[in-house]
Amino acid sequence: MGTLVEEIFSRKAGRQVQAGEIVLLDVDYIMSHDNTTPLAIKAFREIGKPILDKSRIVIHLDHAYPAPNVLAAENHKKIIEFVKEQELPNLLHQGVCHQVMIEEGFITPGAIVIGADSHSNTYGAMGAFGAGLGSTEIGVAWVTGKCWFKVPETIRVELSGQTQAGVYAKDVMIHIAGLLGMDGGTYRSVEFGGEYIANLPMHERIVFPNMSTEIGAKCGLIAADEVTINYLENETPARRRVLSESKDPFEALHPINPRYERILEIDVSALTPQVACHPDVDNVKPLTEVEGLDVHEVYIGTCTNARYEDLEIVANMLKDKKVNPLVRVIVTPASDRIYKKALKNGLIEILMDAGCTVTGSGCGACIGRHGGILAPGERALTTMNRNFIGRMGSPLSEIYLASPATAAATALTGKITDPRGILV
Amino acid sequence: MGKAWTFGENMNTDEIIPGRYNITIDPVELAKNVFCEVKPEYAKTVKPGDVIVGGQNFGCGSSREHAPIAIKGSQAKCIIAPSFARIFFRNAINIGLPILECPEAVADITEGDDVDVNLSTGEIFNRANGHRYQARALPDFVLKIAEAGGIVNFLKTHDIQDLLN
Repeated sequence: MGTLVEEIFSRKAGRQVQAGEIVLLDVDYIMSHDNTTPLAIKAFREIGKPILDKSRIVIHLDHAYPAPNVLAAENHKKIIEFVKEQELPNLLHQGVCHQVMIEEGFITPGAIVIGADSHSNTYGAMGAFGAGLGSTEIGVAWVTGKCWFKVPETIRVELSGQTQAGVYAKDVMIHIAGLLGMDGGTYRSVEFGGEYIANLPMHERIVFPNMSTEIGAKCGLIAADEVTINYLENETPARRRVLSESKDPFEALHPINPRYERILEIDVSALTPQVACHPDVDNVKPLTEVEGLDVHEVYIGTCTNARYEDLEIVANMLKDKKVNPLVRVIVTPASDRIYKKALKNGLIEILMDAGCTVTGSGCGACIGRHGGILAPGERALTTMNRNFIGRMGSPLSEIYLASPATAAATALTGKITDPRGILV
Repeated sequence: MGKAWTFGENMNTDEIIPGRYNITIDPVELAKNVFCEVKPEYAKTVKPGDVIVGGQNFGCGSSREHAPIAIKGSQAKCIIAPSFARIFFRNAINIGLPILECPEAVADITEGDDVDVNLSTGEIFNRANGHRYQARALPDFVLKIAEAGGIVNFLKTHDIQDLLN
């Protein structure tokens, strides 16, 4: 009985839990990356106790990989030496941590996964509880296998209807961020459901839990269904092996007689492309209100929107065309697997012929440390999830967030452009 | 008792300690630059026991722990705010920096007021105007972590199960 987060926590606790309780739960996987692992190692050493289960630890090199400077290189060195010393089995450098966690099958319905990264909420797309924590807690979980949680209240976002051509999950989520505001989900579980979500493929679903972080949410959840199970069975070959050994039995949980703090009902049918404007994610406007604004860089990447299908939308729009030569258009596939598929199917060639710069997979320009850095007075339109001042470089630059289709349309003109006029 | 230092809404982790100072994790070093852009006089004149009074969504932004570490390093006694950003809330508890949610106190306390805080009862007394406010008392397990000086210290001598026992 309860909301989806109460159901997930109750399964782990072995008893019914309710919003407001403090619980201490076993975690299935503990994720960290090159920026946050060094502090976790420090906490681990200070505690002075052994790691409980090495197979539950997953460390990624993605935030500044390959190392762009000596400091990043030192972090990588420290992490690799630690992995070697502790004989940890899961050190990955094949793309943005959240995408890789999902596509390598670490995330299963009903699981609890914590990560030293604020966008660990992403795992909610698979019906798992995912939440971001600080590094100290990651070091604590390495040793104890557990984490404390206050069971959160839930805001249900009920989405109905079907989006029009040129309008995507990203537009819907930006619209929700505008409605709820950047602290509208603080401490809360935000549960996304309804007819619109039920019909949505996994690559689009991921956008909602991923950006639930931007409204302060503890987790963003979508109940697992056939789409989830099909994704797990067909798209995560590594996981099939693990599942066949029945190491992690999963359970597609759903809310049962839930009591929601608030229900937000949205019909997406009439929604037009949306843009989150500088300097806040809740500074949301219909694209038509900012159309024509000059843009100096277009960045298509990140855990929010750089999956194969996103690159396909962009490639279809840029095929046999040229991007504005005065605009830097950077494409960073979210993972190596996506990159290889895009390469095999000719997408990368289309993007490069159109004048895009395609980089290796990873967090790329999103955190302003690994290429694509903005100069003072510049404006970027990106498929990212966050537009904090100075995130991509100079504090005097501006970041606008939008869908991959809007990014592609904007790349062609060099001005914020409505994709509906360009889509074929 | 301690002096109140007031801050605005949505104080993000970069405003608490700008990213360029996050090259160290030493609390004393970080404390030298805490709030340097929004309130430069804080780091120079803060006294042990002073109290931070923040606005809504205090500590929003990154999951990095430098922000609460910098405040703890400045020897502030606690932070009072109407609400805290989620990861900052956890990080503060885990490093042993007490935080209290009390919108009434925040609305009534002005910069420089002399404020008494009882961490175990959540009672806040403003000596400047004689007003008392009641914050939600910190849960026992949070007090245990705070008393140990953070979760790392707690685990040196306890099992994690002891948090809830």
